[in-house]
Amino acid sequence: MKILMFGWEFPPHIAGGLGTACYGLTKGLAKNGVEILFVMPRASGDEDESAVRILNASDIELFAEAQELEAFWKHVNFFEIGSNLIPYLGPEEFEALVNYNIKGIQHKNQVIGFGQKYNFSGKYGANLLEEVARYALVAASVALREQFDVIHAHDWLTYTAGIVAKKISGKPLVIHVHATEFDRSGENINQQVYDIERWGMLEADKVITVSNLTRNIVINRYGIAPEKVVTVHNAVDFQGYSSVNVERGVDDKIVTFLGRITYQKGPEYFIEAAAKVLKSYAGVRFVMAGSGDMFNRAIRRVARLGIASRFHFTGFLQGADVQRMFAYSDVYVMPSVSEPFGISPLEAMRSNVPTIISKQSGVAEVLKHAIKVDFWDVNALADAIHGLLAYPALSKMAVRCGLEEVNALKWDNAAFHVKKVYESAAIL
Amino acid sequence: MKKTLCLYFQVHQPLRLRQYRFFDIGKDHYYYDDFANRSIMRKVADRCYLPANKLMLDLIKEYGKQFKISFSISGTAIEQFEQFTPEVLDSFKALAETGAVEFLAETCSHSLASLRSPAEFRMQVEEHAALIKKHFGKKPETFRNTELIYSDDIGAMVADMGYSAMLTEGAKHILGWKSPNYLYTNVINPKLKILLKNYRLSDDIAFRFSDHGWGEWPLTVEKYVAWLNVAAKKDELINLFMDYETFGEHQGAETGIFAFLRHLPARVFSHSKFDFLTPADVVAKHQPVAPLHVPFAISWADEERDLSAWLGNELQNEAFEQLYRLEQKISERNEKKLWHDFRNLQASDHFYYMCTKFFSDGAVHKYFTPYDTPYEAFINYMNVLSDFITCVEKPVEKELIKNRKSAKKSLTLHSEIKREEKINRNKPIIKIANTTFIMKKTTLSALAADGPLPGVTGQKPAVKKTAKKAAPKKKVVAKKAAPKKKVVAKKAAPKKKVVAKKAAPKKVVAKKAAPKKVAPKK
Repeated sequence: MKILMFGWEFPPHIAGGLGTACYGLTKGLAKNGVEILFVMPRASGDEDESAVRILNASDIELFAEAQELEAFWKHVNFFEIGSNLIPYLGPEEFEALVNYNIKGIQHKNQVIGFGQKYNFSGKYGANLLEEVARYALVAASVALREQFDVIHAHDWLTYTAGIVAKKISGKPLVIHVHATEFDRSGENINQQVYDIERWGMLEADKVITVSNLTRNIVINRYGIAPEKVVTVHNAVDFQGYSSVNVERGVDDKIVTFLGRITYQKGPEYFIEAAAKVLKSYAGVRFVMAGSGDMFNRAIRRVARLGIASRFHFTGFLQGADVQRMFAYSDVYVMPSVSEPFGISPLEAMRSNVPTIISKQSGVAEVLKHAIKVDFWDVNALADAIHGLLAYPALSKMAVRCGLEEVNALKWDNAAFHVKKVYESAAIL
Repeated sequence: MKKTLCLYFQVHQPLRLRQYRFFDIGKDHYYYDDFANRSIMRKVADRCYLPANKLMLDLIKEYGKQFKISFSISGTAIEQFEQFTPEVLDSFKALAETGAVEFLAETCSHSLASLRSPAEFRMQVEEHAALIKKHFGKKPETFRNTELIYSDDIGAMVADMGYSAMLTEGAKHILGWKSPNYLYTNVINPKLKILLKNYRLSDDIAFRFSDHGWGEWPLTVEKYVAWLNVAAKKDELINLFMDYETFGEHQGAETGIFAFLRHLPARVFSHSKFDFLTPADVVAKHQPVAPLHVPFAISWADEERDLSAWLGNELQNEAFEQLYRLEQKISERNEKKLWHDFRNLQASDHFYYMCTKFFSDGAVHKYFTPYDTPYEAFINYMNVLSDFITCVEKPVEKELIKNRKSAKKSLTLHSEIKREEKINRNKPIIKIANTTFIMKKTTLSALAADGPLPGVTGQKPAVKKTAKKAAPKKKVVAKKAAPKKKVVAKKAAPKKKVVAKKAAPKKVVAKKAAPKKVAPKK
């Protein structure tokens, strides 16, 4: 079976969970004997450059760390498309970012995927939706030239590409919903994005969602027939993962929030819970790691609550710092208001950190050994934090069972289910 | 010889804990979810206890003493009947009056004390026996431990307490090739007879009755009595042990469970050679066939039939250890409220809620727990326990009682003391209360000082011990022994004297308090 897959980022240049998820999924699919043509927008985005090119083996070496992956790479071919699509951004944010770049501040090897060669002309990219359309056109030419059985598109930016490819080739389309507009924007959704998402879902033969939570959103808010929507929970790949040892500067226990400081991640609930815990439990510090549009507001709130001496902000963390942060932590909290899946609790549990997650996260559907609270229930959250700090038996058990649990979440299994979806789509 | 069918029903409702956040620790000492306890008791009473008791009474009236059954009702359940649904207690009393019903002894608070503390276990059993005597007029002769937990050692303890028979599970891993359908004896003390649950036939009713996926569904009395006949072809005794809540609650009335029960005796009488007997009758009638070795504790729970439902993970073990660490201190303090909370916190149900097995195997667990996850159950329990520990360790002081209920309780406590006081002395109460207060304070400060007390260094431990033991009774006795004058004197006197004085009345106190210690909760 050969799959034409539209993604947008791949290690090492990743901006978020999606790149990691695509990487893990393709690896798992390769093991399940599925061949993949992976098409992704590339940062080099020079309009003169030929739209599609096949990545050669020497380039791949850069991010394939192990020889054992050879079998995998045999199955996966890469296409890169000159484009500046960026995941996780709405059109407004995209425009802001693009303008920022025009001002001439160029970042080399930025995580978001802009390359050195990027030289923005302003002729198209400033409008994300135009960019989406352009990507779709390029995708069409790939679809014409290549042989494949099923088309698989990840998240809304590639849905149009998937739809076009389907129209041209007549092959079935599977779209993979990692997040919906409601997860990104709350209730103030961008109508154009919503329309593209809905169009993709309607055109698709099968829709894969990363959790039942997302599945319900797809069914209820996009009006998609339930029998078409299948949940395949994400997994996590800890290959090559090594734990970090850190020396602590303070004896206090550390409770960590790690993620974008934005509305949907629920930072304010973390702050309020921290204040409650600090009132009656000494010897604990809280850390909020990340950046985002609610950053300043969060700092103000911490100051107003008078807990700033025990509540610390680290700013945006990446790479090894993230691991180090986990190694420092005694409790990890993800109070997300809306989280389609949420991979970071798994990383925390992998680092032997007991974890509290909101019931409104997709990952809550697969985890048993994380403590689950409603994101809005600050008392319950504070109580859970206190419990993990005060009762050693609790954190010991959560750590031990949690590690077992995350290690059992394999991409191979998830890929097996995705393959099943392909098969069901192919015979429709 | 006619074969025997022994029906035994367990009646229990736990005293559920309220949502107790850590902010409450040290501030609010009332732990129970009155709303849930009341409403669940009300619901189960209406669905199960009242209709089932009525049916049982009708059957007994119809068949006379031919139809006999047995119950054990936990003290926790009786306490809640009294509080929330007294008519249920009355209906059990009506059953007791027929003489066809045996009431068994168990631990009063449905605890796991038998696994940890022989002294505590014995106290709870005695407490329960007294409670049964009080309500149903007869001291129990047969014992059933919480969740049918049994081992050779537990059996020996029970025999020591004078019980002639005990109920437990006919666990396959214990029996091996042996049949549960005979009477056995304890290995250590053969005087104690062991009745074993026939779990297949019991669970056919208790768990499978309404299961449409079960090949034998629907279960009719005709079919069931035929099974009984097959099972007892060579054997002589079939023990059907189950939760009483099976009738109407676990198996709703709509499943036809009451009709099944209604028609079972008639069918048994017409199509089999069974007599209905209570455990005490069984012991009188049947001869034990062999001693039964049970070196490790068994129970009637889950597939494993072991203790893993309550003490199977580190959460449960930790909570259990922390709780029983308090035993010594509580018996030293010997206060009514402490005993009450201690006993209620021992209920096996709290540990059951923390069971992580329910992740894999346990529609049953899920059905019984008020918590979403075992982790939540543990956090809540440990919050309560943390507060309880502070209460136990904190010197007796005027406690801020927020809750109306506990306020009422402590009022009754207080008035009891007053009543005792009135009987003993004719002194004005106010005066005495005054004395009590001052007395308490001084003893307290001496206790709190804890360091070497001037003048008594040599015998310090002894003094301390008596002082502590006497603590709860102090109030009363101090009042008796110490007229107001003394207090004034004490205040004025140098420290040495105070200590000496304190030591003196205390000895008297210790003696007087002694008989009380046996049954502290009375």
